[in-house]
Amino acid sequence: MHLNEEELEVLRIIENNSRIDLKDLAKMTDLSEVDIEITLKKLEDMRVIVRYLTVINWAKVDEYHGVTAMIDVKVTPKRGVGFDEVAKRIYKFKEVQSVYLMSGAYDLSVIVEGRSMNEVASFVSEKLSTLDSVISTTTHFIMKKYKHDGTIFDQTEEDKRIVVSP
Amino acid sequence: MIKTSYVSRTIAELKPSGIRRFFDLAANLEGVVSLGVGEPDFVTSWAVREAAINSLEEGYTSYTANAGLFELRSEISWYMEKQFHVSYRPEDQIIVTVGASQALDIALRTILNPGEEVIVVEPCFVAYAPLVTMAGGIPVTVQTSKEDDFKLTPEQLEAAITPKTKAVLICSPNNPTGTQLGQEELVMLADIVKKHDLLVISDEIYAELAYDEKFTSFAAIDGMLERTIVINGFSKGFAMTGWRLGFVCAPKEISEAMLKLHQYAMMCAPTIAQHAALEALKHGMQDVEEMRRSYRRRRNYIVKSFNDMGLDCHNPGGAFYAFPSIEKTGMTSMEFAEKLLTEELVAVVPGDVFGESGEGHIRCSYASSMEQLQEALSRMERFMKNHCQ
Ligand SMILES: Cc1ncc(COP(=O)(O)O)c(C=O)c1O
Repeated sequence: MHLNEEELEVLRIIENNSRIDLKDLAKMTDLSEVDIEITLKKLEDMRVIVRYLTVINWAKVDEYHGVTAMIDVKVTPKRGVGFDEVAKRIYKFKEVQSVYLMSGAYDLSVIVEGRSMNEVASFVSEKLSTLDSVISTTTHFIMKKYKHDGTIFDQTEEDKRIVVSP
Repeated sequence: MIKTSYVSRTIAELKPSGIRRFFDLAANLEGVVSLGVGEPDFVTSWAVREAAINSLEEGYTSYTANAGLFELRSEISWYMEKQFHVSYRPEDQIIVTVGASQALDIALRTILNPGEEVIVVEPCFVAYAPLVTMAGGIPVTVQTSKEDDFKLTPEQLEAAITPKTKAVLICSPNNPTGTQLGQEELVMLADIVKKHDLLVISDEIYAELAYDEKFTSFAAIDGMLERTIVINGFSKGFAMTGWRLGFVCAPKEISEAMLKLHQYAMMCAPTIAQHAALEALKHGMQDVEEMRRSYRRRRNYIVKSFNDMGLDCHNPGGAFYAFPSIEKTGMTSMEFAEKLLTEELVAVVPGDVFGESGEGHIRCSYASSMEQLQEALSRMERFMKNHCQ
């Protein structure tokens, strides 16, 4: 679908801050507040804006124990539906965060989140690898997140400039 | 016996920059939100920094050619052609300098005989008039006004010309007003420049930061290539102020003369910075585009906010400065800036620092994060309520 420059600009801004005030958003663009509301609604309806997300560095929270694994999955595609059918069976599990069809050594890349390594392990062995078309799985646990979705974790923004300059 | 002063009269008589004075005031306070910074808030993009690290690892620690790495000059030549439709030969028309600052310095010192005049359009970058003076010339200032959106009019230009006039120094988009001259305005100015057989020194350091209208280089105007010295660099558009890297493009005769000066005074620009700049030109244009978009948003935001709180502000077409009028507060720009600093801890630069016609205005840089801008603007709004009822 074709978006105009204003719609693109709104997307670029909220991509980095979905909580921005509508008033401020209007001031930053060439649109009025009402236009902004209409634009956002339209983008939501078209599912260009799919969801408003918060990126949290859970590793900072002491009580939090969660693990993420990236799983390389080899599958046999089915006549007529290719990889779509098996992908659909996989992405419906709530543990599954993302599913991508990949080129190269394996077919699907599946990202799974669980409360513990055990939980992820049993999901893989009991649910994923037992699917008919799944030939093999290779599980990689993520040990530390440095950068996620374009955001660098654990980086403090410090202004190194002197307060007044030419 | 000791002389009364060891310092040359020219230097002794130069006024220290008003920016410096204001910096000293602001530096002693804590919790200051600054709109006083005349440089990008972006850190140079990582790919460029990485290229510099690589250059060090490869052991590029010696001088380059006086005019700069040939590869870099070629890339600059291509960049000028592609962005601004002007052709300069890398062999003898481009010199890589230590910032736009050194480019301005060698341009002025190369063209001026003692006592010749250079027309300087105020409000302007604080270094212009002193650089002319230090080159032995006489700065002749023309005051622009907010009624003309701080644009130099052809009539003003013509009126300032005397038999001693050698050149006109133009900056667009401008520091401190953000004003950008459109193609038609340049054509009208060019007619007068040609009529009086003058040179133009065109400071295009903010060329990449034009938000509404495509930037036109003075050299691209009909008949101006042979009488324009283009000053440009990496400081602002590429967020590389600390690298100290600029360049100057000029007709061969002038460029070769400038090279003599550059060669004796500077040898060459820093090698590491040149390698970094090469990477910036080759692969950095998308970063420039993103930074430009971000400045544009903030420009819109700050200008609308100023007008909402009663600080009349024209819409600047480029650079990262807003230059609102503070006249209705009844304060001078110095009073306003000092009060704002001490009462609300917001640093802005008083407009008179950039020349007489800047009086009644303040320069506010929006090269700051949105959070900083929001904080500064809400403090300024409170300040306006307290002082303007
Ligand atoms: C109009 C103008 N010209 C030149 C310069 C100097 O730039 P550079 O850092 O490349 O020496 C500045 C810096 O503030 C400027 O505003």
